[in-house]
Amino acid sequence: MNVTEVKPSLPPGVRLGRVSFVWRPWLLSVTLLLAAAAFLVFCVSIAVGDFPIGLPQVIATIFGRGEQVDRFIIMDLRMPRALAGLVVGVALGVSGAITQSIARNPLASPDVLGITSGASAVAVFLVTVSGGTAAAIVNSVGLSAAALAGGLGTGLLVYFLAWRRGVDGFRLILIGISVSAVMEALTTWLLVTADIRDVARAQAWLVGSLEDRSWSEVWTALWCGLVLLLVVSCVAFQFRPMHFGDEVAAGLGVRYTRVRAVLLLCAVLLAGVAVSAAGPVPFVALVAPQVAMRLARCPTPPMVASGLVGALLLIGSDLVARTALPVSLPVGVVTAAIGGPFLVYLLVRANLR
Amino acid sequence: MGTTAVVERPATRGSAPARRRRIAGLGILVALLVIAAVLSLAVGARALTPAEVWHGLFAGPESDRRLTEIRLIVETVRVPRTVLGIVAGIALGVGGALIQGFTRNPIADTGLLGVNTGASFAVVSVIAVFGFSDPFQYVWFAFLGAAVAGVVVFGLASIGRGAGNPLTLALAGQGITVFLMAMTTAVALSNQASLNALRFWNAGSLAGVGFDVIWPVTAFIGAGLVLALATLPSLNLLNLGDDVARGLGVNIALSRTVGITAITLLAGAATAACGPIAFLGLMVAHVARYLTGPDYRWLVPYAGLLGAVVLLLCDIVGRLVVRPGELDAGVLVALLGAPFFAVLVWRGKFRSA
Repeated sequence: MNVTEVKPSLPPGVRLGRVSFVWRPWLLSVTLLLAAAAFLVFCVSIAVGDFPIGLPQVIATIFGRGEQVDRFIIMDLRMPRALAGLVVGVALGVSGAITQSIARNPLASPDVLGITSGASAVAVFLVTVSGGTAAAIVNSVGLSAAALAGGLGTGLLVYFLAWRRGVDGFRLILIGISVSAVMEALTTWLLVTADIRDVARAQAWLVGSLEDRSWSEVWTALWCGLVLLLVVSCVAFQFRPMHFGDEVAAGLGVRYTRVRAVLLLCAVLLAGVAVSAAGPVPFVALVAPQVAMRLARCPTPPMVASGLVGALLLIGSDLVARTALPVSLPVGVVTAAIGGPFLVYLLVRANLR
Repeated sequence: MGTTAVVERPATRGSAPARRRRIAGLGILVALLVIAAVLSLAVGARALTPAEVWHGLFAGPESDRRLTEIRLIVETVRVPRTVLGIVAGIALGVGGALIQGFTRNPIADTGLLGVNTGASFAVVSVIAVFGFSDPFQYVWFAFLGAAVAGVVVFGLASIGRGAGNPLTLALAGQGITVFLMAMTTAVALSNQASLNALRFWNAGSLAGVGFDVIWPVTAFIGAGLVLALATLPSLNLLNLGDDVARGLGVNIALSRTVGITAITLLAGAATAACGPIAFLGLMVAHVARYLTGPDYRWLVPYAGLLGAVVLLLCDIVGRLVVRPGELDAGVLVALLGAPFFAVLVWRGKFRSA
């Protein structure tokens, strides 16, 4: 179900000693433009608020040359939220790009694969079951880390359940949907049995929000995200030939099972990092790679561009969520409002082909 | 067609022993249903003996306080619950079998079609807007929401070439579900009454609904069943492929329209009364197909009876496992159905187109 066709003309290759890559001016310029746009939205997001600050001051402050007052508002109050948006957006975008490439299906995303619902189930469990052990876990490792573990556990469960002499994208998605249904049933049950105040807290968390991020949470997400992205960029080179099928990849010397497992693990962890920082923000992981693919005119989702579109999408949605409407909404509501129609578009398009 | 993934067994229609075996099977299912119904009347926070149940059902007014209490429990709690379990179970079972037949899609399930979340969204919205508190008031909107969501998802999935692909429907349903879930949460977060109603309604429960709701719902389901039975002969022909069916004189458009109307009536009414119950239709349709073979004139009644039995049993088990609390039937059905689904996937019962 690849949506765009492979262009028959071959772009020129570049070889620098042992490193070789393909020179794609269009992809490069699109990526650079996206990076610039993401930085701009990031700055605008910091500038807009109850106490508006001009864009030049924001940029000056970010590079360490701002005034004392601006520095306090920007670095202490607004930066964590914007930075969390950036990290979560990039993580979701890259995670979606990986899962969509592996499943060879534009509709496979961490949401569909059950990763986010697993993380949510664990988080809701810890929020609602206010017993001794649960409270102890929340205090010692933090809700975010527990959610991360939940996402990872669910991801591994889906992978092993879908394993049958190799992992096939079709089976991966269907198993994901069914595991996701179990997790949602458990979440629902937890919500039914819980105290109403806990429910409101859990429910707010369940829709995905960037409100009240602290520096410590952002740092954790940032470091985890950076390490994972590093691993992805090391392995991603091996991943390219796999688009031609397992046999061709094997012929080119790729250990495809291992590469796929490592990448999938990274995708799961990235999604887990995102969920633990902002809750299960829906649709970003699905939409970002597809938009990036169309912008970059690539046959498969390009990783860097997907991450940038994810950041753009998330920070932009957060901006809309807190400024455009009379009541401030969680960012997840806005991404769902964008993502729903986009999914419909993808389905109709894929079907009409 | 070429996209049907149901593994068809050779039709053994016509042979007398097979026919006798199927009638015997129906008899066994009816007997199971009776047993389940009696259990459902007897089991609960206050366990009753069969004699007490009998008394509660048929004896006249008593002066004895203990017997009056039993009467009260049976009449106001257990009977409505059991009747709803039977009616909704039949509706979801028949709905599941029909939807698999009309979409020629073994993954089709009324719960996966976004019917559930459509109903949730409608319920939450009308509670927030009009301040309804009585199920009798919002059950109609749940029905409407379920119907609209079902038709939208079904319509999306049946556009163009992807219509026969099992993934398309599952993903369309999943996508609309995530979208509506976020919208539902947004409404629920801004309105305490909605949030409270939502979390109970959302789990899928047979408890707490009175006959003032059950009778109208049963009327809709009755109408749905009549339409369903009317489509069965043409459904058999449709499964030979559209061209063959047309050649044999089936009015395809009419038959599909009637079928979708029946499915919407059945799933919408059941969902409105008990909340979302996913996987039940999917599960029993597969078991029914295994028992009867592909002839829908047998398959559909089997699926309906099985649906009622499974739903009642899940409800009974739910009353026992977390005493003194209760686990909602919908949660148990999902916990049972999702692994069932995973096993079907794993055994390769579904194949991509």
